[in-house]
Amino acid sequence: MKKDDSIKFLQGNEACALGGITAGARFFAGYPISPASEIAELSSLLLPQRGGIYLQMEDEIASIAAVIGASLGGMKAFTSTSGPGLSLMQENIGFAIMAEAPCVIINVQRFGPSTGVATRPGQADVMAARWGTHGDHGIIVLAPTSVQECYDLTIEAFNLAEALRTPVILLTDATLAHLREKVVTKTDKELSIISRQKPHQVTGDYQPYRPGPNGVPVLPDFGDQNILRITGLVHDHDGYSTPKPQTAGDLVHRLLQKIEGATGLMPTPRYFGSNDPEIVIISFGISARSSREAVNRANDQGVKARLMQLPTIWPFPEEAVRNACSDAKAVLVAEMNSGQICREVRACGIQREKVVGVNRADTAVITPGEILQAIKEVMIL
Amino acid sequence: MSIDYSLYLAKERLPHLWCPGCGHGIILKNMLISMAEMEVPREKALLACGIGCSGRAGDYVNIHRFQGTHGRTLAYVTGIKMAHPELKTFCIMGDGDCSAIGIGHLIHAARRNVDVTAIVPNNLNYGMTGGQFPPLTPGESLTSTSRSGKAEPDMDLCRLAAEAGANYVARTTVYHVVEMKKRFIEATSNKGFSLVEVITPCPTYYGRYNQLGNAHEMIEWIKNKTVPLHKYEEMSVKNQEQHFWRGKLVEKHKPDLYTRYWQHERGMDHRA
Repeated sequence: MKKDDSIKFLQGNEACALGGITAGARFFAGYPISPASEIAELSSLLLPQRGGIYLQMEDEIASIAAVIGASLGGMKAFTSTSGPGLSLMQENIGFAIMAEAPCVIINVQRFGPSTGVATRPGQADVMAARWGTHGDHGIIVLAPTSVQECYDLTIEAFNLAEALRTPVILLTDATLAHLREKVVTKTDKELSIISRQKPHQVTGDYQPYRPGPNGVPVLPDFGDQNILRITGLVHDHDGYSTPKPQTAGDLVHRLLQKIEGATGLMPTPRYFGSNDPEIVIISFGISARSSREAVNRANDQGVKARLMQLPTIWPFPEEAVRNACSDAKAVLVAEMNSGQICREVRACGIQREKVVGVNRADTAVITPGEILQAIKEVMIL
Repeated sequence: MSIDYSLYLAKERLPHLWCPGCGHGIILKNMLISMAEMEVPREKALLACGIGCSGRAGDYVNIHRFQGTHGRTLAYVTGIKMAHPELKTFCIMGDGDCSAIGIGHLIHAARRNVDVTAIVPNNLNYGMTGGQFPPLTPGESLTSTSRSGKAEPDMDLCRLAAEAGANYVARTTVYHVVEMKKRFIEATSNKGFSLVEVITPCPTYYGRYNQLGNAHEMIEWIKNKTVPLHKYEEMSVKNQEQHFWRGKLVEKHKPDLYTRYWQHERGMDHRA
């Protein structure tokens, strides 16, 4: 029988590294941290074989900085880390947003805050990923639920980063990182791989930051004939700094709009279970895995429950959440934190008393049994 | 004969924002002249700047420009140079940027021997924020955060970079303009990590707090405080504390990071 190389048995971390390289990443810079290490390890092995670069930097600040530098030099670039490293990267994530440097940051969530428990999972970096860097900004955050999705969503993360010239964060966790599952891989030829647009013509008065299609500027790389001027300061279309209120307002508005206006490109919620639900469970990442099993069991017991799994966490899919929840008697939000997504669900305008958090924040994965129990409790009410 | 460096200068952006008497313009001009003498193609030149007064140099050039977050310039350019090893890369980082918040990246860029020319205009204080003391401010100096004299000692950035592994290290001053240009050319011609520290006046803050007079007098003060390296080495420690040395500290020719990386990975190099 012919061996099918496309089907692999991988860890989540390995799937992220392979996904990134399949998406065209040729640069990785990182700093060792549990539980993300295997992403760096596999990248260090595979990238040089493909003409790519692996750098181990002195800390996470330098890692994201080198990633941004390589990206502006024209390479698709990524890094991986966990909570403490994500905290250190925050200033430069904001810089990448402002400078419009496409890159992917894979944050393998562990239990926190601070050093927490380095080898155990958590899902408490949802708000850190959204609001960790200062100033008004938009950010794209994706969350895989399986090892297959670690692979698929890393590719999606690169596509979104390149299409919109912005950093994209992938939130996995310690469980997914080391879970081994079957993964169907594809070659870049079989996938729709997006790469950033570059200017077609060389002109002396090229304006790097003139908004292009959908508000995304068409920037050259460093070393191109067209001159690139990058700064984290508020800048005009030429890339020169200016404190003018009009320029500052227009720039920040465009950067926000570029993300908010592109939600059509982002992975949409996935639904499992009853089509006519009384109970809707909203979840993401590894918690959605347990939720799916809970929904199956509830359906088997005659309870009309449905799972809404969010592969895109930010921008938060408000409209889809409102639609999914409008006819439900109760909405459960299952997550391994103290209610970060639950707060967003409520902010969508869903009746406060209808929304119930199912939380576990103690280093253990939330179980299907716990979620099923929560379903039964709201059914009695 | 004057060298035409106008190709690299964004004349329409002038006048610059630096205070009268500031030395940053002299340093930028010498950097551009050295580029002109080396005939660096405009699109193959990159100026990467830090944050602070000297960081604004990038607003007056017409070459590729990068300005990132405070202190991280050398980490960014490590990535840029791995993607684009042929870019002639100059980094202008102020003394606070490079010796305080960015000191870790300086050590590691020097250790890795990243092929860049790091220019550190040392005006002995944080100018942009109002004249506070960074590590390179001489002990006892008056600054806006050391009104009774700086209690902490200063440090020698050049010796640190040399110890960390830089290929080329030199120090000069804005008084010694001819030497400055020569150092920039030597530094840039030497592949690998090069650092040139340039002592420069800040009459607005450091000079005013320490009663060093106007811009002209402050440049005189720098000249009088500075001795050639060999003379400095013969001085007593107490006397050394009162002086800056200038000269070339290190000139080596170890392979740079990019070269070493691909030499090492060559067996696996699948590129054309």
